[in-house]
Amino acid sequence: MNDTSIKQFVNEIPRQARSPAAKKAVTLKEHIVEIISDSGEGAQRCGQSLGSIAARMGNGIWTVEIIPAEIRPPARSVAGASGNRIRLGSERITNGGDNTDLIVAFNEQALLGRVRAGELKPDCTILLESMWRDNKDPKITAAYIETCNQLVAAGYKVHEVPMERECLSVVADAHRGKNMFALGMLCSIYSLDMQLAREQIALTFGKKGQSIIEPNIKLLEAGFTWAEVNLDFKYRIPAVRSSEPQIVANGNTALALGVLASGMDICAMYPITPATSASHYLSDVFEKVGGIVHQAEDEIAACAFAIGASYAGKCAVTITSGPGYSLKQEGLGLAVMAEIPLVVVNVQRGGPSTGLPTKAEQGDLMAAIFGSHGDAPKVVMAASTIEDCFYSVITARKIAETFNMVVVLLTDANLATSQQPFPRPQFNKSWLAPPVDQSAIPAGAKPYDWDATTGLARRFIPGQPNGMHTVTGLTHDRLSHVAYDAEINEESIRARSLKLAALQKTLKTPPLFGDEKGDLLIIGWGSTKGAIEEAVESMRAEGCKVSSMHLRFLQPLPPGIKEVMQRFKKVMTIEGNWSDRPQDELIDETNRRYSAVATLLRARYLIDVDCWSEVMGQPIKPGTICRVIRDQLKKQAEAEQS
Amino acid sequence: MTMTATQCLLQMYDEHYDLEDYQSGVPRWCTGCGDNAILAAVQRLCRDENLRPEKTAFISGIGCSSRFPHYMKTYGFHGIHGRALPIAEGVKMARPDLHVFVNTGDGDCCSIGAAHWIHAIRYNMNMTVLLHDNQIYGLTKMQASPTTPLGTKSNTTPRGSYLAPLNPLSITLGVQNVSFVAQAVDWIPEMLYDIIKAAYHHKGFSFIRIVQRCPEWLPEMFEPWLHDPNRILVLNHENGLQVSASLSKVYKNLQAHDPSDLNRAREIASNLDPVPVGILYRNPDVPRYEEVRHAGQMRSTDLIEKGLNAEFDKFTVWPQETEAQTQPVM
Ligand SMILES: Cc1ncc(C[n+]2csc(CCOP(=O)(O)OP(=O)(O)O)c2C)c(N)n1
Ligand code: SF4
Ligand SMILES: [Mg+2]
Repeated sequence: MNDTSIKQFVNEIPRQARSPAAKKAVTLKEHIVEIISDSGEGAQRCGQSLGSIAARMGNGIWTVEIIPAEIRPPARSVAGASGNRIRLGSERITNGGDNTDLIVAFNEQALLGRVRAGELKPDCTILLESMWRDNKDPKITAAYIETCNQLVAAGYKVHEVPMERECLSVVADAHRGKNMFALGMLCSIYSLDMQLAREQIALTFGKKGQSIIEPNIKLLEAGFTWAEVNLDFKYRIPAVRSSEPQIVANGNTALALGVLASGMDICAMYPITPATSASHYLSDVFEKVGGIVHQAEDEIAACAFAIGASYAGKCAVTITSGPGYSLKQEGLGLAVMAEIPLVVVNVQRGGPSTGLPTKAEQGDLMAAIFGSHGDAPKVVMAASTIEDCFYSVITARKIAETFNMVVVLLTDANLATSQQPFPRPQFNKSWLAPPVDQSAIPAGAKPYDWDATTGLARRFIPGQPNGMHTVTGLTHDRLSHVAYDAEINEESIRARSLKLAALQKTLKTPPLFGDEKGDLLIIGWGSTKGAIEEAVESMRAEGCKVSSMHLRFLQPLPPGIKEVMQRFKKVMTIEGNWSDRPQDELIDETNRRYSAVATLLRARYLIDVDCWSEVMGQPIKPGTICRVIRDQLKKQAEAEQS
Repeated sequence: MTMTATQCLLQMYDEHYDLEDYQSGVPRWCTGCGDNAILAAVQRLCRDENLRPEKTAFISGIGCSSRFPHYMKTYGFHGIHGRALPIAEGVKMARPDLHVFVNTGDGDCCSIGAAHWIHAIRYNMNMTVLLHDNQIYGLTKMQASPTTPLGTKSNTTPRGSYLAPLNPLSITLGVQNVSFVAQAVDWIPEMLYDIIKAAYHHKGFSFIRIVQRCPEWLPEMFEPWLHDPNRILVLNHENGLQVSASLSKVYKNLQAHDPSDLNRAREIASNLDPVPVGILYRNPDVPRYEEVRHAGQMRSTDLIEKGLNAEFDKFTVWPQETEAQTQPVM
């Protein structure tokens, strides 16, 4: 359906009677909403639709998927909550925020899971499906009543909603449409534009036809009406409509769009959570622009395939997550040694080993920088926003081909599944790789004619007359002849290392968020950017002299960082990877393992950088960071006094 | 200097290469090593087929045999142990215009790279794969390989190897999409050449197991076959190889075998002695992965720009309501 036909169709659906008394909406700056259900009940779709509608109204949004560890956890289980968290705001939202203000739950057990995880605000509003109150199974009824009572006693504002019953008055099978009823309630609660909501449904179900769209719109309206009539509260989050078109997508989609925009044409992968959705989307669309996604037999093959493709033509990309990244190590060493450009994306998840497959962690930085045996210098970048996921791929491809290097791009499960609007990029020809060079190589030119200053050499590509040579993972001389000569070994390692320095000279000092100097500098990297900057902003509003800096390049580290750090009394990293807790009995300065970036900064700049980290499998919350900053500043103040 | 298209074409056809145009360096294999014979046959093939050196790529893993690309004056990729096939697949996918050859050892292909081997058969990409099967790990100094005969003494099996060897032909013939399987021995150059040539001309994954002597570690292993031509079973057919009159005077143990007969090919493959030599199986109709995937398409900037913008449209929230063109965010 095209847009006009959607509108027309939506307009033709008979409207239900509007609610009698319009309530006065309380104006909010922002709110955090969750919709949770058993998996398969559509809470995800409800949440995503809510996010899209709000985004179209001009609200800032950040949506986070709530994913159970199992594909089909048992129904009504505490560990089975599946759904979405949406943070809605008047202004731009950069992260998932702290705790939930309002939650819609399809059963009380999934809800309990969220309560126990400490995700709800103490006075959170709960809209709970009430059908369990009179279930055939007395155990279910008892469990429901007990939980309800406990939640009320704990201070939550519980509203029991007969969702099933209300839906049944509209459709025969309520199981399938409850999510749209919930969406209707939320549209009422947050005073969202119902016309937009109807259009959203028409678009969501567009492929399935009008017989599906119509009942869903009816359900939406039923939910809206129910909430208008039965709920005694209503909010409004004023929105400033952006004048620019915005892309609303998650990090993995942005990443895949980046692959398209980079002009790369081959992506080799093997399925692994949480990287797969990028390849799913890419598999769907890459062919339309002449690209190919190859699902290899394993990650070793995927890496080798990408290396072969890069060697023979343009730079290729391989996308994976932790365990797959480990398998690629030998291949990456080969690409480094043979100086074959390659982009490797690692959508980090919890580790080590199989770890926490669906959860966010920043545990692979050291593996990215130091992975593969021997001296294998690689470029390591980290995307810090959804938008960055898009542009970083383009940058990574360019660097890979300019320097004939492996570029590792780190994202994580948080970026992979979160959505945030960003300005729609304007296509730029310079994003694309030039056509494969097939011109003749001048007589006498050598395949590894390392420049004495930069280490760079021109790459010879199969098909180029006079360029014939055999690349090898063995130590080789400028002619790519196998060399066992120790001097050539040193010369070639030097050249490959110098390329990092050559790249570093082109990088800019990362900008500071906050004042140029102060009491505390927070340094972060990757997906924590939004949360760190939000925390720093609110601490600064409280008068604290804290600033932050976010690193996009981790290897090489850009110039100027030391000078920035020296302007602060204390520097501390905040990271989603492990660091030993100083308060633990055995931990002291001689054995404490610092977080990844803290370790790197300490080693490079000889500055006593501290760190705070957590590996809770979820994004670090701005409130948590505020607490860390507060504690740190207090500690500093106390130390100054004594 | 500018040339007309016809001149260009003429020049292309005029281009003529000699053996030395494919020769690079002095092979460092032991004297009597079967790899030398394979190299000679391949260089001859390149010359006879007039392959443009810059359009030809030899890809290998690690092992004595994997040194092969260094001795070819073409493009070459001496990779890592076991991974020659996926590298070659990447090359072929990116550049279907290149002639792709793979050199791999019995350890490289049948042990560390076994998973890739199985899948490479299934992908059926157009490449010529030479399995240099010396039934031992040569480079690392005589350890048992998956094709080492039961009871063979090696440095890791000093009292004789424990397991029956796997049969590379049977395995290859057992995989879905198999399209070309042949066996050669390094010591009958004429047949080696003919078989490699047939493999080169087959469009698909042409797999040749070459029984390759390693005088360094297994000096006795192939002697009985070398000295008794009757222990070579020559597969002869009008649709396969046709043995020359002179050769058939020496190798009298001929068997008619039509390479389109897969079941018969499997039976032949399971006969270890006499050693079958010739084309066991050929099916030119198996789809090639690079063609199924439309490799090597021309991609204009325009196509990418249009495609990208169409994707952006799916995720765009437009500022003006009236122009709303959003699609669901899923
Ligand atoms: C990952 C890895 N493991 C082990 C080795 C050591 N290695 C090199 S070649 C080889 C076996 C070679 O045997 P084969 O493939 O039969 O080749 P040949 O030398 O017999 O031609 C081994 C085990 C290696 N290079 N890389
Ligand atoms: S060790 Fe064996 S396989 Fe290796 S070069 Fe010598 S003879 Fe050939
Ligand atoms: Mg061997």
